[in-house]
Amino acid sequence: MSLVGARVLRKEDPNLITGNGQYVDDLQPAGCTSMVFVRSTEAHAKIRSIDTAEALALPGVLAVWTSANIAQLANCPGGLPGLDQPLLAKDVVRFVGEGVAVVVATDRYIAADAAELIVVDYEPLPAVASLSAAMAPGAVVLHEVLGGNTVHFQDFENPLNEAFAAAPRTASLHIVNNRCAPSPIEPNVCLADWGRSGLTLWAAFQAPHHLRNTIANYFGIPQDSTRVVAPDVGGGFGAKINFVPEFFLTALLSKEIGRPVKYTQTRSECLVAMLHGRAQEHDASVAFDNDGRILALKLTVTQDQGAYPNGTGMGLPVLTTAMAAGCYRIPAVAISWRNVVTNTTPVAAYRGAGRPEASYTIERLIDLIADETGVDPVEVRRRNFIPVDAFPYATHSPLAMYDSGNFAGALDELLKHVNYDDLKKEQEKRRQDPAAKLLGIGFSSWLEIAGFGPPGSLEAFGHLASWESAQVRIQPDGSAIIFTGASPHGQGTVTTYAQIAADELGIDFDRISVKHGDTAVVPQGIGTMGSRAVAVGGEGVKTASGRVYENAKRIAAHLLEASAEDIIIEDEKFFVKGTPARSVPWSEVAWKSFQPLELPGGMEPGALDSTVFQQVPNFSFPSGAYCCVVEIDRETGGVNIVNMYLVDDCGTVINPLLVEGQVHGGVAQGIAQALYEHMLYDPSGVPRTSTFMDYLVPAASDLPGYVTGRINTPNPSNTLGAKGVGESGSVGAPPAVVNAVVDALSHLGVKHIDMPVTPIKVWNILEGAK
Amino acid sequence: MTIRTAITVNGKDTSREVEARTLLVHYLREELGLTGTHVGCDTSNCGACTVLLDGEAVKSCTVFAAQIHDCNITTIEGAAQADGSFSPIQEGFRQEHGLQCGYCTPGMIMASTALLTENPNPTEEEIRHALEGNLCRCTGYEMIVNAVRWAAENPNFTSGGAK
Repeated sequence: MSLVGARVLRKEDPNLITGNGQYVDDLQPAGCTSMVFVRSTEAHAKIRSIDTAEALALPGVLAVWTSANIAQLANCPGGLPGLDQPLLAKDVVRFVGEGVAVVVATDRYIAADAAELIVVDYEPLPAVASLSAAMAPGAVVLHEVLGGNTVHFQDFENPLNEAFAAAPRTASLHIVNNRCAPSPIEPNVCLADWGRSGLTLWAAFQAPHHLRNTIANYFGIPQDSTRVVAPDVGGGFGAKINFVPEFFLTALLSKEIGRPVKYTQTRSECLVAMLHGRAQEHDASVAFDNDGRILALKLTVTQDQGAYPNGTGMGLPVLTTAMAAGCYRIPAVAISWRNVVTNTTPVAAYRGAGRPEASYTIERLIDLIADETGVDPVEVRRRNFIPVDAFPYATHSPLAMYDSGNFAGALDELLKHVNYDDLKKEQEKRRQDPAAKLLGIGFSSWLEIAGFGPPGSLEAFGHLASWESAQVRIQPDGSAIIFTGASPHGQGTVTTYAQIAADELGIDFDRISVKHGDTAVVPQGIGTMGSRAVAVGGEGVKTASGRVYENAKRIAAHLLEASAEDIIIEDEKFFVKGTPARSVPWSEVAWKSFQPLELPGGMEPGALDSTVFQQVPNFSFPSGAYCCVVEIDRETGGVNIVNMYLVDDCGTVINPLLVEGQVHGGVAQGIAQALYEHMLYDPSGVPRTSTFMDYLVPAASDLPGYVTGRINTPNPSNTLGAKGVGESGSVGAPPAVVNAVVDALSHLGVKHIDMPVTPIKVWNILEGAK
Repeated sequence: MTIRTAITVNGKDTSREVEARTLLVHYLREELGLTGTHVGCDTSNCGACTVLLDGEAVKSCTVFAAQIHDCNITTIEGAAQADGSFSPIQEGFRQEHGLQCGYCTPGMIMASTALLTENPNPTEEEIRHALEGNLCRCTGYEMIVNAVRWAAENPNFTSGGAK
């Protein structure tokens, strides 16, 4: 029986439900010390002086460092040359939360006490806390080397003026894609131990080899004696692929004081120091005919990079503009983007990373076209879909060569769950009844780019390469250990890979272990991000397992004095097709694979050990159709999601339970962006949402249940057919939610509401209409 | 200033000289090495540190170790049944995929344990309400609700000692 496709319970769970998980903060090596930051309370200021004397005098304090202690060191890796963030602020701070000083003490309480005793004298400078402020004439400049606050501007190749002038209709929207804080429940944590045998850094991270290579290069030490371990990691969502000063400072201070140094971020720090996501503004225009057929699309993305732009952040508008056309055949697409610095926390990947922004805007435009033409939103989608027979489909972007999908099929499947006609009647009825809650129905036909990726794709973000490693090692008893360069942090990769390997090897699922996250153990890897762990890493497990199985068959054939082509396997026994009585168990094949005298001619010990660096020829393109039904309280403006219907096409499903979990989680974060979450700054750059009291990560009572469905168009870029599903929900959900709210209010002339759709925004609209 | 505190944790007597300001969560994690109880925020919103104090769910980041002298604490390490079987709630989380990264899970399990003690057969709405003080960033909560329902429907679950 095939395990691929089966609802298998997770191997990860027994440890995690008993408190036996091992997260970085759980480690307490002998002599462990604690590092605490002093972070800037100013958004933009010169540092006049830092007085550390009292802190240093506190018993238990082992070191207090400011930028003066590390003046010779390069800035934090990952930034743009000349615009990169110092490990500790030198002379100037550029956002609230930037590190100014660190204390190491024998325990966290003393370190925190000492940090309180450090006095930083700031000379405040004018701050720019929004894109409009940063781009205003005469705005204060963050980085003098730039001369302004625009880091990069990519103009239209052709602004499509003629297409727009000739079109029967046009419409435009200015859209704000709200800044979000990724907020894994485990914040950033790291523990460095730099002794005579080298540096070991335990870090809550998604790409341990990437960090190992970078930190070794940064310090000029060999990679062989630098080890990074990402043990159990409490969520990442893209925020744990960025290099942050914490990693380098704990390492340096461990070397300095000769003891392990641990840093455990508080939530209040996490909300301002862990990199943010989204933070884009779009100027979008669309030209269309009276039947709702799109003729041209024009999009300018302005990306807020925060105070210090980084490679990932710079990639966000590239991905957004590449996916600007969504799942629609649009004859002419013009894209342009701009990267701007502000006195805010730097911005980088957050679940979806550039694609939720794209799907949100095109799906809002589709509903705008429906509103303008009077054609139903579902019908506008149908009229513009790329048809099934058009794949592979070349878009306006060389990055996005769509290779599979069935957008109309997903919408058909969705509508089987949604009583659309009844809902529309109910909506009309409620509009006539002032006591009734308003009803809104919103759709999103979304598409994203995932499965990162083909050669060159991750290199563009500073990674070594874009393949993923997999090593399959058969043990002498016939059990198997899989080593992967992917670095899961909740996805269930251990289970998924064991399912794939069990099918390929014919070894029982319970006799397969999966190891990850330790650079001293796992072959050079890349990491878990961009929905790549199955589409790339899982394919690698399949390839390596297949190679091992072929060699195992040769050994079995040799032992059975038969031909390898005639060998089949069942219940962990190899036998000759048609003669089940003569068999050799996996355990014997495994044992003898290590014994030269037992091997067929030309085969050497180690034949059942295979390492693969799996490449894939293209990105993958998960897609789907979502529908959100909302009720709006006319008195309070509160939005309540009544139903959330979700049809995903993630290609082949390895484990439906885990796919469901990924969809739910992504959709929850998408709803959160649409209704609740917004990292807000006041005009002086002071964050107004720096604790969980005011940054609204939703609780169980804030979110609906989900109705899920699936279609399957296999991914042609790997033999599994899997596309990835980790980010889909966060791509598909926000437009469905906002389209539903706008639909509920459309009779009042509402065309658009920016996220998050808070009660006050809706209430103001309802009051204004009275 | 230090104070001697004696707390029964998972049925075992513990006693330490602690600073008056030592939080219970740090007492559990750093003094006793019971690292299954996690910290996810500093404003008592996330509930990752939830433990049972004399049977009631409390956030151990809001309790001083010295404050609960002579009390009984149950942590995730003490959640399993006497024979070593997972508790029905632990098993429910496994069966229904009620966890992904696992970081919020110990707190979720302890809060759910308190709920089922008080209300052995909660509705979906009651479960969502009872878990309002526990944040999960991975699951979107539906499978957590299902996990608690599983436990409510299988109150006599045992794996016969198998862990």
